Order: sequence, then C-alpha cells, then structure tokens
Amino acid sequence: MNLEASTQQLSYIANQASDARVNIELETEGMTLNLGPQHPATHGTLRIIVRLDGEQVISAEPVMGYMHRGYEKLSEVRTYPQVTTLVNRIDWLGSFANEVPFILAAERLMEVEAPPRAQWIRTALFELSRIANVVLFLGDMAVQLGATTPVFYAFRDREFVLNQIESVTGGRFHPNFDRIGGIKDDLPKGWIQETKDVLARIHSFCDEMQDLVVGNEIFQTRTRGIGIIPADVGLSYGLSGANIRSSGVDWDLRRDGGVGLIHDQLDWKVWTHPDGDSFARYWVRLQEVRESCKMVDQILDGIPSGPIMAKVPRIIKVPAGEAYVETENPLGIMGYYIVSKGDLVPYRVKIRSASFNNVSITPWVLKGVYVPDVISILASLYFILGDIDR
Amino acid sequence: MSSPDTTEEELVDESIEPQEELVIDEERNVLISSLEKDLGDDLVDSHVVPGVDAWIRVTQESWLETAKVLFEKNEMIFFNFLSAIDWKPSPFGREMDAAIDADSSDEVVDESEMEWGVTGGQNRFQLLARVHNPSTNIGIHLKTDLEGEYPEVETWIPVYPGANWHEREVMEMFGISFTNHPNLVNLYLPSEFEGHPLRKDFPLLSRRAKPWPGIVDVELMPGEDDDESEDTGEET
Repeated sequence: MNLEASTQQLSYIANQASDARVNIELETEGMTLNLGPQHPATHGTLRIIVRLDGEQVISAEPVMGYMHRGYEKLSEVRTYPQVTTLVNRIDWLGSFANEVPFILAAERLMEVEAPPRAQWIRTALFELSRIANVVLFLGDMAVQLGATTPVFYAFRDREFVLNQIESVTGGRFHPNFDRIGGIKDDLPKGWIQETKDVLARIHSFCDEMQDLVVGNEIFQTRTRGIGIIPADVGLSYGLSGANIRSSGVDWDLRRDGGVGLIHDQLDWKVWTHPDGDSFARYWVRLQEVRESCKMVDQILDGIPSGPIMAKVPRIIKVPAGEAYVETENPLGIMGYYIVSKGDLVPYRVKIRSASFNNVSITPWVLKGVYVPDVISILASLYFILGDIDR
Repeated sequence: MSSPDTTEEELVDESIEPQEELVIDEERNVLISSLEKDLGDDLVDSHVVPGVDAWIRVTQESWLETAKVLFEKNEMIFFNFLSAIDWKPSPFGREMDAAIDADSSDEVVDESEMEWGVTGGQNRFQLLARVHNPSTNIGIHLKTDLEGEYPEVETWIPVYPGANWHEREVMEMFGISFTNHPNLVNLYLPSEFEGHPLRKDFPLLSRRAKPWPGIVDVELMPGEDDDESEDTGEET
C-alpha cells in the first residue's frame, strides 16, 4: 500500500519537476501570495503565506493565533465541572465530543465510572456530533472545489442532527452536557424514534453525496493523486483520524483504545483507503458517516435502563495524580493530560487537539503543488481553527 | 530506580475497570525493561499503571537520544504531543478566590513546596511528551527535568518532524528554547509579546480585574438532593 502511494507521489513530483524546468527556462519571478486570514477554505482565521514560482508553491507557512483563547491557562482557574464549558468551544462543529475525553480523564483520577445507561447515551451523542461535524465537511469540500449544491444539502441535513442533539442537551452547538460520573439529564420522550428518522435522512444524504460528489468527474480529477501523504510521514507528524486512515493505517481508537465509551459492543467497521490523497480523505469520511449512523442505530435499540449518574460528591475534588485520556473525535485524536494536586481546579491541563497536528503537515504537503490544489488539499485535511488555536 | 510496579502512595493503581488485585501488564513491563537496557543510567524513573498507561523520566542530555531509541527500536512512530509543566506553584495563591487574596501579599510560596507528579522530579520545569505505537496500540509518556529558569534542550525534529510546532508553542508559553530548531519564533502570540503565559507566575489579569464567583455557583447534579450533601461534609 505504501509502495503504491509513493509511486503515485513520485510520478506527481516528476510531472511537476518537468514543469519546473520550463519555469526555469522562462525565468519567472517569485511571488508571495497571502491566503487568509479570512478564507472560506480555512474554517476560521488561518493565514497561509504561500511563495509561488509561477503556478507552483515553493513554500507555505501557516500563521496562527488569530483565535488563540488560552484554554490551557483558563482551565487552571476553573473547577473541573466548569472546564467543559471551555472545551466545548475547541471543535465547535462537534462540541459534545470535546467534553468526553476530559470527563473520562477526570473520572479516571477520581476512580468513578459512569453507569451503563450514561455510557450508552454518551456514545450516542458522541457519534451524533461526529455525524453533524463530518456531514458539513462532505458538502463543504465540494463547495470549495466550485460545486455549490452539496453544501446546501449538507446544511439542510445537519440541521436535523443538531435538532436531535439540542432536544437532549439544550444546546445546538455547545451542549455542556457531560458530567463527571454520568450525564446531566435523561433522554426526552419520543427521541429514539425521531433520531431513527434522522438517521434514515443521513443515509440518503450519504447516497446523494456518493452520486453528486464522489461520482463527479471534475471532483475526481481535482482530488485524485493530489496531496498524497504517505503513512510514515503522516504518523511522524501526528496525523490522526480519517486523515491517517486514508493513508492506509488501520488504527481507530474507538476500536483499539476503548476507554469509557461502548464502541466495542457495537457492530461496525473501520474504513481505510490505500491512496492517501485528497480523494481518499473524502471517501473515508463518507464511509465513516455511514458507520456512525449504523452505530447510533444499534445504540438506540440497545440503551439499557438504569441510573444516569454515579455517586459523586457535590463539590468535586479530584485526587492528586496524572491521567491522559484520548478518544477518536470527529477531526482525529483528541486527548487531555490532566495534572491534579487534589484541588478543586486542575493544576495543569494539556489539550492535545487533532487539527493542530493535522495542519502541522501543511508546509510539507503543500510544497510543490499548484495553486488550485492548495485549496483542495486544505479542504480535504479538514481542520477547524478552534481546534488549532485552542 | 523504582521497579515499574511499585508506586508512591499518591500514585495508586488508577485503572477504571473493576478487576482483580495485582494486574500485571506484560507488554508495558517489557517495553520499560527494554528501555532500561538501551538507556542505562539516563532513565531516571519509570511508572506503569497496568493496562492503562506508562511513564518514563529521562535526563535532559538524553532527550533526543530517547526519542531515537523509541522511534527505531520500539516502533513508536506516532508523534502524539509535546508540552511542558511548570511545577512551581503560583505566587498569587489560588486565583479562584482572587477577590479575597488579591490584597494579601503575605502568601509567599517558596521553592521547597514544589511537589511533582508521576515519576517525580527535581526542577521547576519538566518537558512532557507522548509517543505511540499504532500497531500494538501502546503509548508512553516521557518527562525530563530541565535546568534553570530559561532552559535549553535539543529539538526532536530530526526524529519527529511534527514536534516543530509543539516546540514553538512550548517556547512561547514556557520560555524553554530548543537548540537546532530551524524556526523558533512565536506560534500563537504576537512577536513583541512579553512573558510566558503558561508559567505559573504569569498572572491572569482578567481574573484580577473581575473576580470569579468560583465555587459559589456549583449547580446541583441530577438526581441529587440537598440532603445528600451531608455525606460530602459540605454545607449547602
């Protein structure tokens, strides 16, 4: 698989090298192009300084910090239950998933375990936020390549998922619903049937995207063989999630990590793609939405009855110690390293966010590509600026 | 050097699944003992929570060497993160109660009060990193003690190129510099920014200007009544 990817990349580089020779003969003058901070391809305010030689990128240097909010410092002056309000806003398209690893890390330090019903509902909401997050990507990637229709379908169908999240948690984007030892509230009446209808909609949305986008010839020519990331390079940069699975690495923490959530009791599949190009990243995410729908469907049929909160003290003091918990979030691996000194507030919280590592590969992957491909590569890496700047 | 299974008293086995006493983690113990062989005296301390996680602490000089050993001999090819911890407690006391202790400058915290976490420590700053082996799905945390107020340590970029941005972040947030780093400039902060925000002695000015309600507004957990508060010993 690796071999195939590298041959593709070599042929791509060879093509570009022949173009570069033409450029040298013509002696084009270098040019600096400023991409951003406001650009639809960046999901926030990321600025990329691209040095060009003709149509070709010589070097790309991302400039960040326009949205840095200092959550690691702020976490040090908030009590543990208050931190979830902050971390909601890291990856704002899949907010509930941000709370889960933090709560799990605190639970590990307190040696508390959520009751089964809470774990099942947690997993359902975790996967629903993945669907809400990635469905938007499936439309958004197309709009960045010039196809306007899919993004309207995406916004339309994501809204149904957000409605379901809202009817449980009370918040469309920032649920703040996960608690140490369980969840805040039980499911509302009639939610299970409504969610099943929504899942059917998402399934048909995926089929639409399969026809409209994946089957589209223009989309294929603009993404196939573009922005190839070999598996070993991706791993050494810390790429995770669908980005590394589309380079042929069969590694998913939902299957392999297995803390606190109940993915191991469900029947589903980890999708990989051998190519490692922009197309593979789109394709893997499309399959993952389908798998998430399958998972939520099974969860809805199997939620056990029982309490939703374990017994925890009202004023939460976390015993001294250190714990690191990571989960497979919509954008990739997200983890929290918590250092506790037995106080009401964490002593230090290190937030390992997925997009930060995913974007750190851009200087490597953008080197040598053409200007239009910059957009398709950035779109296919799929980052959210809140997840980079924290 | 303590053996991997001995724990200090606050480092009790924190595995969350209910399981029998004395869980032995073969894979992680093998990993630690092979590291002991490769690193020798540079491995200062190690700690294993069976079935959950592993930590090692190495000397500052062997920081890059450790990365090489982990990458080449133990197939830890996934770079997870790199950060630092400032173990010297804040001289401003607990910021949560800023309204109360903002005036009392008598709370002077001296260095002897430093307490370290897992695998111990000896200096104010500790680097913290994590690498992972995706095929066996075992990760390990690395720590190293850094000398001085503005320490210097070798960069990890030759082994893990992904460390580039993490090291820039550590540089601006903690004032720790990395030798041989190709582009050690601020990542998030403006270039003229003064101070290192994640150091504990960097005050959070917004909290000083506007006190935080803090622990007063703890909301009731679901299914919890006021009369339950007596078993926590807290007044409602």
